[in-house]
Amino acid sequence: MDVIIVVAKALVALVICLQVTVLLLWVERKGSALIQDRVGANRANLFGGLLPFNLGIVNTFIADPVKLFHKEDIVPAEADQFLHWLAPWLAVFPLFLTFAVIPFGDVLVLGGREINLQAVELGGGLLFVLAMVSLGVYGVIVGGWASNSRYALLGGVRGSAQMVSYEVGMGLALVSVALTYGTLDLQTINREQGALMWGFLPAWGVFYQPIAFVLFFIAGMAESKRAPFDLPEAESELVAGFQTEYSGSKMSMFMMADFIEVAIVAALVTTLFFGGWQIPYLQRDGFHFPGGFGFAVPSLAVTVLQIVSFLVKLFVFCWFQILIRWSLPRLRYDQLMSLGWKRLLPVALANVVVTAVLVLALEGWTT
Amino acid sequence: MILFWIVAIISVASALTVVLHRNPVYSALALVVALFQVAVVFVVMQAHLIALLQVIVYAGAIVVLFLFVIMLLSLEPDVPRPGRYGMRAGAITLAAFLGIELAAAALASQPSPDTLLPPDYGSTKQVAERLFTTHLLPFELTSVLLLAAVIGAVVLARRRA
Repeated sequence: MDVIIVVAKALVALVICLQVTVLLLWVERKGSALIQDRVGANRANLFGGLLPFNLGIVNTFIADPVKLFHKEDIVPAEADQFLHWLAPWLAVFPLFLTFAVIPFGDVLVLGGREINLQAVELGGGLLFVLAMVSLGVYGVIVGGWASNSRYALLGGVRGSAQMVSYEVGMGLALVSVALTYGTLDLQTINREQGALMWGFLPAWGVFYQPIAFVLFFIAGMAESKRAPFDLPEAESELVAGFQTEYSGSKMSMFMMADFIEVAIVAALVTTLFFGGWQIPYLQRDGFHFPGGFGFAVPSLAVTVLQIVSFLVKLFVFCWFQILIRWSLPRLRYDQLMSLGWKRLLPVALANVVVTAVLVLALEGWTT
Repeated sequence: MILFWIVAIISVASALTVVLHRNPVYSALALVVALFQVAVVFVVMQAHLIALLQVIVYAGAIVVLFLFVIMLLSLEPDVPRPGRYGMRAGAITLAAFLGIELAAAALASQPSPDTLLPPDYGSTKQVAERLFTTHLLPFELTSVLLLAAVIGAVVLARRRA
């Protein structure tokens, strides 16, 4: 029974990850069209225009992956064959694992047993996420080198420098979050956010750590290598950067890695700063509004509401990233580096110090 | 125990690849595999924090910088060079000494895996507590050392520019 539960939870995490990725592919096409005042993906006129609406979503869900996986796989003759094959796997695999530690609900009470809605209950979940995201850089760097092309190599070198630089700021932003909640366990952080400040404000991370939220969001977008931080693939300078020499299914794996990274950043922002699966005033037994009134909600409905809440927040932040991607121009390389090292890093360090002092002062005050 | 042997075999094989492979990029990637296996050994020993830090710091950052440098210098694969027998003999002797020493240390300590670990061994709290109490001086000295390295790097970069 336990084995079934573990497998089911892992599957749910994987399915969330994959479905969000595919959905993002469509949202990005239509969303970018909306922002640029175009129609966007519209070649899915099934049933000869009999339907009143456009089925572009079906096109992107089914036709696009099928097309990509059937394209010819071209490997440059001078490329390092083995590493050229390995790089897309290196890019995608660690990112899949990240979703394992993200909680998507509180507990599911089923037949008298409480199931924690988190695929892997890991004490150091926050560090695990950082570790996996930092491993994602190998896909970029190995892919860029193995292609044996100048554009690809430049993209790979840029990518490695960018990701290592922004990991520092990202890590420090997370340190102050961990200090605030006193744990590295994502589920515990999530439960803590169910409390209320001054009796009405939900104790979400964004209210405790607004600076860490901004820092983490910027660093996270830089980690996902999308505009305005898309220097590793800067199409106007480097053709397609590290993925220039990739085609067909391997190229689509890099593309998938991009979208999973967007989803991971959104999931982490949701989990750490916006209460994750929490809905304000919803406890395990029902709503408790400030002022003393409220009503009971059955336990199963609470769980469903929490999962829906998590997914809604996840999509909001995915959309926010797409919005930023299509609104801002690309940074110059020196701007990228000075933003990472001269702006983000000092602010993040100051934030850690201030948080540490405050946590210490408040603890001393209460005990 | 089975896991330990799998990890041991993979890590020794990848460590050998690091030293023996002619292509520096493959060597660096094999180093990542070796470091990852060490992290798995830490997990087997219940030291989850150390394992994750191992992956973040070494696999995630340091080897990336190695690769960065290798690619910037575009190092060619090594060709075996004849001669330098004295150096080789010296290297083999030193390696043999190190091997004997490690084996002696391992035999002398006689670890028994079941009895050693206290209940919250390797937890974040315990590692932090040790780090900031018993081992405070080495910890602070290491950070001074790193600070010196950072300042040195900045000075060198400034002089060049």
